[in-house]
Amino acid sequence: MTTEAKEFEPEVVAFCCRHCAYSAADLAGGGRMTYPCAIKIVEMPCTGRANVLEILHAMENGADGVAVAGCLPGTCHYIKGNTHARQRVDHVSELLTKIGLEEMRVRMIHISAAMGAQFVAEVTNFVETIKDLGPSPLSRDTGNARVAPGSEHAGSKP
Amino acid sequence: MNMHYPAFRMPENTDTPPIAERCDSKLARVLASGEFAVTGEVGPPKGCTTEPVRTKARLLTDCVDAANVTDNQTAVVRMSSIAAGLIVLEEGIEPIIQMTCRDRNRLAMQSDLLGAYALGIKNLLCLSGDHQSGGNHPGAKNVHDIDSMQFLRMMKEMRDENIFQCGEEIKGGGPRFLLGGAANPFADPAQWRPYRLAKKALAGADFVQTQLVYDLPKFREYMKRVVDMGVAEQIKVIVGVGPLKSTGMAKYMRDRVPGMSVPDPLVERMDGAVAGIDKGKKADRSTAWRNEGIKICIEQIQEIRAIDGVAGVHIMGIEWEEAIRPIAEGAGLLPRPII
Amino acid sequence: MIVAEQKPLDEIKTMLEGCKKVLAVGCGTCVTVCFAGGRREVGILSASLRMSTDLDGEAIAVEETTVQRQCEEEYIAPLEADLEEYDAVLSLGCGVGVQSLARQFPGKRILPALNTKFMGFPSEHGVWEERCQGCGNCVLHITGGVCPVSRCPKQLFNGPCGGSQDGICEVDPGTECAWHTICTNQLELGLFEEMMKVQPAKDWSTSRDGGHRRIVREDIRLPEIEKA
Repeated sequence: MTTEAKEFEPEVVAFCCRHCAYSAADLAGGGRMTYPCAIKIVEMPCTGRANVLEILHAMENGADGVAVAGCLPGTCHYIKGNTHARQRVDHVSELLTKIGLEEMRVRMIHISAAMGAQFVAEVTNFVETIKDLGPSPLSRDTGNARVAPGSEHAGSKP
Repeated sequence: MNMHYPAFRMPENTDTPPIAERCDSKLARVLASGEFAVTGEVGPPKGCTTEPVRTKARLLTDCVDAANVTDNQTAVVRMSSIAAGLIVLEEGIEPIIQMTCRDRNRLAMQSDLLGAYALGIKNLLCLSGDHQSGGNHPGAKNVHDIDSMQFLRMMKEMRDENIFQCGEEIKGGGPRFLLGGAANPFADPAQWRPYRLAKKALAGADFVQTQLVYDLPKFREYMKRVVDMGVAEQIKVIVGVGPLKSTGMAKYMRDRVPGMSVPDPLVERMDGAVAGIDKGKKADRSTAWRNEGIKICIEQIQEIRAIDGVAGVHIMGIEWEEAIRPIAEGAGLLPRPII
Repeated sequence: MIVAEQKPLDEIKTMLEGCKKVLAVGCGTCVTVCFAGGRREVGILSASLRMSTDLDGEAIAVEETTVQRQCEEEYIAPLEADLEEYDAVLSLGCGVGVQSLARQFPGKRILPALNTKFMGFPSEHGVWEERCQGCGNCVLHITGGVCPVSRCPKQLFNGPCGGSQDGICEVDPGTECAWHTICTNQLELGLFEEMMKVQPAKDWSTSRDGGHRRIVREDIRLPEIEKA
């Protein structure tokens, strides 16, 4: 092949809780720490807000991986939001296997607002995992993404 | 939870004739005479050869007054109890046919039992049946059209009132079975168990056979209540006994079998039986265990015999039918009376 | 409520073989409440199917809609408008919903995405238990509010069998013995006489054994003239 594949630049969506991971990312930024630009952060009031359908839609719309980053176990501001998030992430892992994707493409991360460096380490590690897996067969890179940008999602009935 | 069960006294029996007049089976005559009854068990084979039935039956010859023939026990398909019962009968032993509510609806039950009686079977044990989920056809549909109490009532009405379950008359008279049920003195709710026995008598049972009894103190308590309620006057209680074969079996029954009580001293006695025998000498250990199992069983029969309200023992070999003769002999139950 | 759960994805994919475009229809009533066939579950299943069939190389366009109640004509009739463009309809309703769609749209393939399990209730969040089999002849007044038909695996009517231990059923260690609870309730409610009565054989003709069941209420039935 003449066109040597350029290095794979994954797209990873991170649903981040405002009270911990999102602030940790801020702290990392303020401290001039760098983390992979693959990470696209979506702020949430709590990871308890992240649901199975949204994670799936991220994957369907071409994400190579999805991280859900919530508070440390037992420290959720809404008591159990991060626990529910973990259950859902586990459920999505199982779903991905059934669908035919690698279960490692979703990951739950627990972090506190003070853990800027750990945030960087965690997301970097996840991005490395995704790089090892290679692009999602549904990602835009492979030309398979079936959803036009801007549309809500593929199945929405007009 | 310890619930308060109101006092209960069995109502006077006004409508059922004495046991010897209900049925002319040998077992009925033994029970009516007040002799201590002995019953055994023959499990039909998982196949259609008659020899296993004959072999098992011969092991019981002259040891028992009658032998249970199980009906797809533990929900595993075996030769039908009625067919195997006839083979047992050919071997000179009176069968007690078991039938469960699991596999037949009221039509099939009545018709099969009309047939069984026509072919010479006179004793019937009415059971709910083990659930099929533990058997070899877990995907089967169970029936449970009626339960064991309703089954007993149906058979009593067929016998004493000559009517089918629907109320229609049986021309020429109904089958005159001696009717039995099962009783588990140790299952929960424990306080309910004597009442349940009373209910079986009210439903129409002439006798019951109990689950294996190893825990005599607990069984004495149960029987005291049964006698105090006046239940023992109206139903013959035949107590299930069986030889333990190893410490492992004793522990399994103690820990794993629902509704079974095996006291620790018995487990320790089984363990003591193989003390000093090298673990490698499997045959020696087995012999020692089995000898002790038979000894315990004999002792227990003698103690059970002395309990007020007990009418006999049901000796279960549990795949060790050879043990029944030495047990019956050792317990002084032989020769069986000829009535 | 009617409690259902989704069929395995592979089984649904097998049903959909040969289809290019499918409409997944959820139901906003029972199966929404038991998280099996509401709007969100329709979304999850549809996305899963789109992704999975895409990966298989036979992408199926799965579109989504959810109606208030699949078992009533007035809610499903409007679906007819664009039904023509779909090769099949994948119903996430209970068995009643699937059949209502099939009756409403004869000639259209209506496929079940759920297995309808039982009539029951959530005993805790995420756990549902059967409570009624619709036997057509309720006995709860004598059994202390606990149903032996749906909750006792042997459907006993005269007390617990010999396998009840510590209030647990011998058939399933995760299930309480219905009769243990019935006895407790009957004693508490002063129903001892009922306990000691030999309950007669049940008349099952009111159950499914009596044939297909139907209720006709002349007091609320529309007159022939209005039906026309």
